[in-house]
Amino acid sequence: MEKRAIFSGKLLPYLLLAPQLVITLVFFYWPASQALWQSFLLEDAFGLQSEFVWFENYIHLFQQPDYYRAMMNTLVFSVAVTFLSLSLALLLAVQADKSIRGAGIYRTLLMWPYAVAPAVAGVLWLFMFQPSLGIVARAMRSLGIAWDPLLNGTHAMILVILAATWKQISYNFLFFLAGLQAIPRSVIEAAAIDGARPVRRFWTIIFPLLSPTAFFLLVVNVVYVFFDTFGIIDAVTGGGPSKATETLVYKVYIDGRLGGDLGGSAAQSVILMMIVIALTAVQFRYIERRVTY
Amino acid sequence: MASVTLENVKKVYPGGVEAVKGITLAIPDGSFTVLLGPSGCGKSTLLRMIAGLETVTDGVIRIGSRVVNNIEPSERDIAMVFQNYALYPHMTVWDNMAYGLKNRGTPKDEIVRRVTEAARLLELEPLLKRRPRELSGGQRQRVAMGRAIVREPQVFLFDEPLSNLDAKLRVQTRIEIRRLHNRLKATSIFVTHDQVEAMTLADLVVVMNQGRIEQVGAPLDVYRRPASRFVATFIGSPAMNMLRGRVVEPGRVELEGGSLAFDPAEFVIPSGSEVDVGVRPEDLVIASSDEAAGLSFTREFIEELGATRVVHGSSGSELLSFILASSAPLPSETTLRLTAPSSVVHLFDRSTGASLRRDGAGSA
Repeated sequence: MEKRAIFSGKLLPYLLLAPQLVITLVFFYWPASQALWQSFLLEDAFGLQSEFVWFENYIHLFQQPDYYRAMMNTLVFSVAVTFLSLSLALLLAVQADKSIRGAGIYRTLLMWPYAVAPAVAGVLWLFMFQPSLGIVARAMRSLGIAWDPLLNGTHAMILVILAATWKQISYNFLFFLAGLQAIPRSVIEAAAIDGARPVRRFWTIIFPLLSPTAFFLLVVNVVYVFFDTFGIIDAVTGGGPSKATETLVYKVYIDGRLGGDLGGSAAQSVILMMIVIALTAVQFRYIERRVTY
Repeated sequence: MASVTLENVKKVYPGGVEAVKGITLAIPDGSFTVLLGPSGCGKSTLLRMIAGLETVTDGVIRIGSRVVNNIEPSERDIAMVFQNYALYPHMTVWDNMAYGLKNRGTPKDEIVRRVTEAARLLELEPLLKRRPRELSGGQRQRVAMGRAIVREPQVFLFDEPLSNLDAKLRVQTRIEIRRLHNRLKATSIFVTHDQVEAMTLADLVVVMNQGRIEQVGAPLDVYRRPASRFVATFIGSPAMNMLRGRVVEPGRVELEGGSLAFDPAEFVIPSGSEVDVGVRPEDLVIASSDEAAGLSFTREFIEELGATRVVHGSSGSELLSFILASSAPLPSETTLRLTAPSSVVHLFDRSTGASLRRDGAGSA
């Protein structure tokens, strides 16, 4: 059913919308259009002159092997973090949903990591896995595993994936738990009486009923991995060793901020923006249709 | 089909709350048994224990000859209709009904046959492709019934399945459920707090209170020969009048507003005993002027029910009501004398509330 508010004048609805519109314009459309404009400019390192160069920044970008590498890193990183954080959070939520002693404490503890700042989370993991000091690294070495995220690119990638996943699990957990608790108990009991054992019950009843939550989290997590993991990567590896953990968003920072290539960096942000817009649009268009019930 | 037997079944919740306090009951094969009682009497807990949704603290539950205490709900060969129907919201009506059969690996053509048959029986054919949210309350209720029927289980369990329906639909569905039972002849256990549902549906009524059985019997038997004050006042609407009295001689009890005769062959009580006297409103009649026995009655107000009217008032300091046919003339005076045949006067122990009937009428 469509709900319609009735306003007597034309001014009031615009006034009510104004704060939201102003915020969106100032903090989203303005910087976005600035980035778009800048991506067509070639600027000297001191910002004294700039020249309109059309798509030269983009062409140059796609000629760099480094850019493809960053894309690949982002793909591996985002798929791994999204998959791990969603599946682990679901597993934990299913466990927490059971009526067990101390469930409240368990749930509270699981939410804490979300309150930790990304950089702090990164440093935490950095210390634990630091080859010469970290307790986990030492334990692994004593087990005969040659662990060195400072030199080994794969190890570094695993480390940032772990840190980023750990940080995001709390958020996903919270939503999954709320989703699970919204499923009527009697529906699950009905399925039990209908002869479905726990595993089958999960996949045929609980999981489909959770799918709107899961879908929402998928979108949120992809956006998280693309943008909000900057702090973790910066603190843990700084994009290294030798760019092994340099993701697209991290490269924007490296090239623009440290490399002084503002045009190239802006071009990268524009591409990044388009990727996320496209991903979200595809997800909403094709996947959401199948998850509504 | 199968019988269900309960032997001293108890349920104590972790907090120490004793919801079911030792129930022994035999539910005959093919019967329609109603567990009746006020909310919190343990009837739903008992049903859920039979279903396997609650663990049994103590005692034995048998379905047929098999002890099911530690058997999963899925293995008990039962079907249950829930109060909120508990349909699977993401499945169509067809899939809702077929789900239990698929889980048990029933052959496909058999699933089609059974679901089609149930849909026809419950007039669900035009709705098979819909999702539960696109159905009305009554339709959802029928789907929940269909989901139970297709399974062809040993026992049907109903947990207040009519309480979410509006009054008219409730009466209609009640009749449909009874008709369905007459046709399928499956053992059914039905939980309700509505005594009208219990009276109309049941072959066997089990009246429960505070985790115990108060009485087991056929509906009319429970109505006519209540085993306790609780059963007497719980069954029947408006509720049975309950007055304080003292037996003055065999067959005669004195009350605040007069006296009533009772059957001395049914109730053998020493004179001088303090008792509670129960008389149903429908059993009280206006006494003719020359009758010595009877109760004084002061009229206060009248509830018009259409076919009958309920006259409320008091006898001495105690509340009393009686029923008059609408066609009968309403006496103009506000003070009347009422009387009742001795066969419908019930006596209960003042302290325990148990019926003082000699044979202990069906007290379980």
